[in-house]
Amino acid sequence: MNEKNKPILEVKGLKTHFTTKRGVSKAVDGIDFTLHKGETLGIVGESGCGKSMTSLSILRLIPSPPGKIAGGSVLFKGKDLVTMPEGEMREIRGNEISMIFQEPMTSLNPVIPVGEQIAEAIRLHQKLGKKAAWEKSVEMLRLVGIPSPEKRAKQEPFQLSGGMRQRVMIAMALACTPEVLIADEPTTALDVTIQSQILELIKDLQTKIGMGVIMITHDLGVVAETCDKVAVMYAGNIVEYASTEQIFANPKHPYTQGLLDSLPKINEDVDELKTIEGSIPSPYNMPSGCRFASRCPYKEEMCTSHKPELIEQNDGVKVRCWKYTDEWTGTIKKEEVV
Amino acid sequence: MLMFILRRILQIVPVIIGVTFVVFFIMQLVPGDPAVLLAGEGASKEAIEAVREQLGLNQPLYIQYFEYLMNVFKGDLGVSLKNSQPVLDEILVRLPITIELAFFSIIITVVLGMTAGIISAVKPYSLTDVSVMLVALLGISLPSFWLGLMLMYFFSVKLQILPVAGWDSLLHVILPAVTLGAGGAAIVARMTRSSMLEVIRQDYIRTARAKGLREHIIIYKHALRNALIPVITVVGLQFGALLGGTVLVESIFAINGLGRMIVDAIRTRDLPMVQGGVLFASLIFVVVNLFVDVFYRIFNKRIELN
Amino acid sequence: METTAEKKIILEVDHLKQYFKVKTDSLFKPKTFVKAVDDVSFQLFEGETLSIVGESGCGKSTTGRAILRLDEPTDGQIFFAGKNILELSKKEMRKLRGDLQVIFQDPFASLNPRQTVKQILDEAMAIQEVVAKPQRMDRMLELLRYVGLPPESLDRYPHEFSGGQRQRIGIARALAVNPKLIICDEAVSALDVSIQAQILNLLKELQKQFQLTFLFISHDLSVVRHISDRVMVMYLGKVVEIAEKKTLFDSPLHPYTQALLSSIPTLDPTLKRERIILKGDVPSPMNPPSGCRFHTRCPFAMEKCKTEEPALKELDRNHFVSCHIAENLPQ
Repeated sequence: MNEKNKPILEVKGLKTHFTTKRGVSKAVDGIDFTLHKGETLGIVGESGCGKSMTSLSILRLIPSPPGKIAGGSVLFKGKDLVTMPEGEMREIRGNEISMIFQEPMTSLNPVIPVGEQIAEAIRLHQKLGKKAAWEKSVEMLRLVGIPSPEKRAKQEPFQLSGGMRQRVMIAMALACTPEVLIADEPTTALDVTIQSQILELIKDLQTKIGMGVIMITHDLGVVAETCDKVAVMYAGNIVEYASTEQIFANPKHPYTQGLLDSLPKINEDVDELKTIEGSIPSPYNMPSGCRFASRCPYKEEMCTSHKPELIEQNDGVKVRCWKYTDEWTGTIKKEEVV
Repeated sequence: MLMFILRRILQIVPVIIGVTFVVFFIMQLVPGDPAVLLAGEGASKEAIEAVREQLGLNQPLYIQYFEYLMNVFKGDLGVSLKNSQPVLDEILVRLPITIELAFFSIIITVVLGMTAGIISAVKPYSLTDVSVMLVALLGISLPSFWLGLMLMYFFSVKLQILPVAGWDSLLHVILPAVTLGAGGAAIVARMTRSSMLEVIRQDYIRTARAKGLREHIIIYKHALRNALIPVITVVGLQFGALLGGTVLVESIFAINGLGRMIVDAIRTRDLPMVQGGVLFASLIFVVVNLFVDVFYRIFNKRIELN
Repeated sequence: METTAEKKIILEVDHLKQYFKVKTDSLFKPKTFVKAVDDVSFQLFEGETLSIVGESGCGKSTTGRAILRLDEPTDGQIFFAGKNILELSKKEMRKLRGDLQVIFQDPFASLNPRQTVKQILDEAMAIQEVVAKPQRMDRMLELLRYVGLPPESLDRYPHEFSGGQRQRIGIARALAVNPKLIICDEAVSALDVSIQAQILNLLKELQKQFQLTFLFISHDLSVVRHISDRVMVMYLGKVVEIAEKKTLFDSPLHPYTQALLSSIPTLDPTLKRERIILKGDVPSPMNPPSGCRFHTRCPFAMEKCKTEEPALKELDRNHFVSCHIAENLPQ
């Protein structure tokens, strides 16, 4: 238990901004979270909320220019990745922290055999010879459940199905037994039966290797199935941060509530789905108050004028909403919100 | 793959027939009567008629064409109207010269073009990139006859390190090959650059970075192979332009190649010679395209599935 | 729920086959076909929503395309309002397209980027000649009101709208010609959940208002459960199960349907279900397995399944299944 409570990745006040002709887009605007060993943290939100940019920022993979990490720190085993020299950073990428991406179709190099794409990471980080690295790469393909891996290793990505390609991505990411795996929408492009195979595989390998996993997804179902903790993002901020049980049983932030309500449920019938009216604010022109205020059913004057902080409640849930503060002046009482 | 090559070779036949057809009938439209030319100025009507009879020029056009076609397949391209030598012999003397010129030019196009393109793409919008692309723009804009004359003036007349004209040694090849290859190199450079920039944005390059690979491995191993796929097609097309260019360059540098032969033949209305020359030029182009296609498929195995 | 006998059939698909020829490299190899849709029959009743679900390559979108005659089917018949649409001439078909509309997954790709919303809607009405020119403006404003877009949208171009709004434009265009049947091909798949909910509500509302029939093609089972009256499950070009929604979700009979349903993540993290995880990938439709096409991944496959193809049989009232095992289960 003690071992599990050791934080391996601490993100503090991370800001990633994009400077374009239209102005500065604050894609990630002050994010804090902690990942412990062996734990799965979900980062969930809709398109444009900044969840993918958060994950790319950790490994400093944001396209630059126009992107830039504008502030904050990412502490990995005590060292700050944001200020680390590029050479040291390269030794961490694909070795101690690795990443899998959404589109297995486009994320593998189309003209290089998949075995080589795995082996090159092994050669680089584990200083193995060509032959040994190739054998290890075949071994990894076997581990992620690809049948006849010797044959498959020599094939190029187009000869593999979507599910198999995602397995290759996982094999590649795990080849150097990383301590942190960042999975950016790993199953979004896959069919449901393949999705459950892949999620099961990640969970399985996680217990074997003991790594921490950051699961970036828009799918609350995936979160419920795989995560221990969840950070809900909206317009570049975390609006709610809690254990998975708490988020689903008792969502606090009006956005989290709206998100859960708007999902059609597989086990209940409703005639009309609840929706969140309006749309997300432009990243170039963020409101000065609460960013969800314009769509929030509980909105009060203070919400549009002052931005709430992410504040920890008595039950350990962190929420960024005025309703859960003592300053709340709204007619709906703090207790009535849920 | 073998079937693909075989099929492509079979496709060459109708192309060649088409070429003979077009060449034959276009030459008919050109004003001037070869019989008159051949019989010499002031020849009597009877003499002209006799020449016409002898060459079969009094036959209906389609018969003339058909006979020509039959002869082509037998390897007989006819006899030059000017010096009565077999056309094939004349061509075979000059063909190696033109092929040599084209070969060195295309090497310059590919090596110079791709290198420049890669250098530009690695640091886009940098000073190096801007200057390389400026030179490339000049390369496309400058007409080859001007470039040829300038090179000749500078290297042969001023510096006197390279021969002015002729075709005796490898030194003679340099200036004509540069003149001929420069335009193509510029186009290939621009194409390589834009293709590289496109590829560098792809997801798999991000994956390569996420693996912790060094930037030069990402460029040369992961990006370049993908970026070159569209460039191959451009190189193939450039080869066609290059063949056309031999006409000018061979004239400037006084090289006795196929291009110059065709120009001379057109001037003297030496019909069989023109037909033979164009036929061979087309053949070279078609064969080179075959190589490009095969090469493209080796490079890009994915298209075999579609 | 009424019984089937009382309902009016609006669309009947009868033994539809859609094979696509695969180009081979060799002149001597026999031609191979992708059997994208292989002998599919079903009926669609007026005013209902029938969903076709299945994974990629199961033939659900191809079925939709065949009904729209975007591809010419290899074999079979399709009756729309009693007429065999595969026998209609181009002109007659064009007329019929007024009754038969489609909404695609990617609204951006299906809207001409150089046309304003006004031009898009006007063109749709002009082709079908449903509304006389002087009344078109009123009709356009009415359509925008139905789909919840402001009137000033008329003079704007598709790229000026968000994904959800573009899908609303697509719906307005489909509605413009007063259709009877709308085929929704993954119509909400590209949208964020909060926007998806808005569009699903809109579709349901419009269906009530205009007595529309929907053929809803989707891979998302939660969405399908929300919107459908009946559900048809396809696997590798074949129908494996058709039933009323409740029956299908509560007591699925085909092992594939069962696996499909059990693979949907639930929203309750405390609920740890026994999940059926299918082994392997979907086989290639170019070379589908013999017998029951699902036998290679089926946890219950018997010897018979490998050789004998099961027929689609009505095992319970309005509940059709094609499975040797389900057939022999005690009812």
